[in-house]
Amino acid sequence: MDLTRTEVAARRRGAAARFGLLAVPVAFFAVFFAYPVAAIVARGLKSDGAWHLGRIGEVLAQSDVRHVLWFTTWQAVVSTALTLLVALPGAYVFARFDFPGKQVLRAVVTVPFVLPTVVVGTAFLALVGRGGLLDELWGVRLDTTVWAILLAHVFFNYAVVVRTVGGLWAQLDPRQEEAARMLGASPLKAWRQITLPALAPAVAAAALMVFLFTFTSFGVVQILGGPTFSTLEVEIYRQTSEIFDLSTAAVLTLVQFVAVGAILALHAWTVRRRETALRLVDASLTARRPRGAGEWALLGGVLVTVAVLLVLPLAVLVQRSLGAPGFGYYRALTREDGGVFLVPPIEAIGNSLSYAVAATLIAVVIGALAAVALTRRDAGRFVRGFDALLMLPLGVSAVTVGFGFLISLDEPPLDLRSSWILVPLAQALVGVPFVVRTMLPVLRAVDVRLREAASVLGASPWRVWREVDLPMVRRALLIAAGFAFAVSLGEFGATVFIARPDRPTLPVAVARLLGRPGDLNYGQAMALSTILMVVCAVALLVLERLRTDRTGEF
Amino acid sequence: MSNNKKRLTAVVVGLGMAGTLAACGSSDGGQGSGDSKTVTLVSHDSWAASKDVIAAFEKQSGYKVNVLKDGDAGQAVNKAILTKDNPQGDVFFGVDNTLLSRALDNGLFQSYEAKGSGRIKAAYRVDQDKHRVTPIDTGDICVNYDKKYFADHKLQPPRSFDDLVKPQYNNLLVTENASASSPGLGFLLGTAAAYGDGGWEGYWKKLKANGVKVVDGWEQAYNEEFSGSAGGKKAKGDRPLVVSYASSPPAEVVYADPKPSTAPTGVAEDTCFRQVEYAGLLGNAKNTKGGKALLDFLISKRFQEDMPLNMFVYPVTEGAQVPPEFVKYGPQAKDPETMDPAKIADHRDQWVKSWTSLVLK
Repeated sequence: MDLTRTEVAARRRGAAARFGLLAVPVAFFAVFFAYPVAAIVARGLKSDGAWHLGRIGEVLAQSDVRHVLWFTTWQAVVSTALTLLVALPGAYVFARFDFPGKQVLRAVVTVPFVLPTVVVGTAFLALVGRGGLLDELWGVRLDTTVWAILLAHVFFNYAVVVRTVGGLWAQLDPRQEEAARMLGASPLKAWRQITLPALAPAVAAAALMVFLFTFTSFGVVQILGGPTFSTLEVEIYRQTSEIFDLSTAAVLTLVQFVAVGAILALHAWTVRRRETALRLVDASLTARRPRGAGEWALLGGVLVTVAVLLVLPLAVLVQRSLGAPGFGYYRALTREDGGVFLVPPIEAIGNSLSYAVAATLIAVVIGALAAVALTRRDAGRFVRGFDALLMLPLGVSAVTVGFGFLISLDEPPLDLRSSWILVPLAQALVGVPFVVRTMLPVLRAVDVRLREAASVLGASPWRVWREVDLPMVRRALLIAAGFAFAVSLGEFGATVFIARPDRPTLPVAVARLLGRPGDLNYGQAMALSTILMVVCAVALLVLERLRTDRTGEF
Repeated sequence: MSNNKKRLTAVVVGLGMAGTLAACGSSDGGQGSGDSKTVTLVSHDSWAASKDVIAAFEKQSGYKVNVLKDGDAGQAVNKAILTKDNPQGDVFFGVDNTLLSRALDNGLFQSYEAKGSGRIKAAYRVDQDKHRVTPIDTGDICVNYDKKYFADHKLQPPRSFDDLVKPQYNNLLVTENASASSPGLGFLLGTAAAYGDGGWEGYWKKLKANGVKVVDGWEQAYNEEFSGSAGGKKAKGDRPLVVSYASSPPAEVVYADPKPSTAPTGVAEDTCFRQVEYAGLLGNAKNTKGGKALLDFLISKRFQEDMPLNMFVYPVTEGAQVPPEFVKYGPQAKDPETMDPAKIADHRDQWVKSWTSLVLK
């Protein structure tokens, strides 16, 4: 009898704790995501107090819309496959090999991911467009073809795979695979039966993210695809911002919502089926110098890929920023010309950094609370559903969110429209899924028996988390913070709608400069992008240092 | 030891974050809070005015001018409509005749007849009974040509819409996406005005067959694809015909260093569509008094004469002088296509839709 009562009490305490942990993220998403998006959708589909759901059928019946849907889907599938193909060897190399300059390189491959899409689009134009490098060398032009889009997608998402998969791979104990080999398994069989199952959730998570990013791709498609290629996201932008057909935009938003929801549900299902408690070890123990010709060739191949695919476009960017003698474009950034901005463009750096720090703080707090709540084994169906819901901000059009903020957060008590916090809030929305995605696989891989043992020995839930979970997830937390910071720095789609003109962020400033005629504006845009790139690289390098300082402790 | 270090790092990072947050908060001044000494102008990214002209207005009226540039022309209008219940400013400048009906139908503006509006030329006046908008500037959207290309190829540059579909101009024209760009839309409306409801689609079929290239925006068309502009030359643009403005040739002269004696580009005279930009007092403006003063100022002689070299547009009031560069290199079209805003309102969205399926898909 007594035992049952304790059990019931414990279960109640668990439920209460989970509720407490989830309350903050739920409130955050309700107010800053669900409400603004619902407001803009309602503006499109509701008039005179009545919903016009018949519009959904009308819009979907249009052949243009179906064409957009088809293109969106197939380019996302192909982009994801290409990214995995190119980046998985990279993930392995980063996880298992030690080589000089590895930390710098790890930061370098992450830089593309945080660059504003306008900059990436322009850098790729310089590479594959008219008068670009390929044109000069071989007369090859890829702009306005789908290849430019696919290449840019791989460029962007390489880091997602390397970080998400590599992060876990580095912590898988190689001795398990070695043991299997010892017992007579072939290398392939050992890998397939030991490493692959352990890695599968991370690969699935990475593939899902890449699919989501490419499915909802905006800037890249708009710049490199010309007016003929259009993804759902681009079409939502056109319908809202240019054609002002809010009802079509609302229908497309709902379609994207449903599609993304379906993908996320599928993902949640596969991940749950494959989850196992993993034996995680310190990453520094698993990496070693490459041995033998095969391994050196693999390392070489990965380095060449990184050089051609990731470094070359960035190099073109830097080269263009130096087009004026004596760092002329950089010096021009400090002048207040009163033309493009009310402030010298250089101030965008300070704005971006402070916004990104605030956004990171919000994203880490919200994301960590959600991740911890979602880890609990007794989590119910509702809680697990919330896991998928947390990813939705990545799949919903940034334009929708930006416009939603404008029309919904404009009255007391939530009159935030002219407040600085609006920008970090929008940026945190896209940061939270990264925090959750990065922490959850690691948190779930913590052996539940460790926690139980600590509980049995009398530790409070908080103490269990601090003593058991925290040391093991610390690096995941840092990676998550790094991602949230980087994503916030580069966020463009929503920020461009809500950043005030006197406080532009770096990507917004770059886009404005690119939108003005003349060499000086173009050069300044390139210079500012280069600065953004350097800021990201430095931030990531600091993170890498921080990480190695601490990994020796457990 | 290592624990202490860790704690120190945490404290430093924490303080840093708090500091940054505080900095964000404290730099947030009283802007946009609707105090009656500030008047806020919402406009598009192309807004530009001379500093001394704005300063003179501030001194004379006692209002400080705060400008909110809110995206390109179409975006700025759409955002203003979405936020009209609680607008971001007092006056909106930059809705043109192609989008005017959208602003009026959505109740963006309140009535105000600006002082001095009697000087506005009759051709530009609209909404005469309610006075919800005031015309501020005008310009012509026309096909520009690269003089050097046509001289080198011993070819007459085209003059009219009809010329553009002739075989000698095959693969020479670049224009903008009519759903995304205001010159692109203006060009489409120009053809619709010239060929009528029943004829424009046939014209565009011929234009497409003759190799017209469509890009998303003016920036890309003019500064990358067009071979005659300074930007396009640098980008090795290879299209000698582009849809741009009648004021683009003087801009090529004004921004060049050293200044050439003649403009490197010319205008195909019978391909022009007249654009007029309006301003109005926003419906729920917080500072209506300041907004009215600002509207009066926008049609004052001083501002009207300051506009041309800042935004490359022409004044709308009688007696305002046009700078000599405009007279010499970019006269206004003599007989541009025009269209009644009511007709544009009725057909615009359908035309853009048909155009998109016809030309882009």
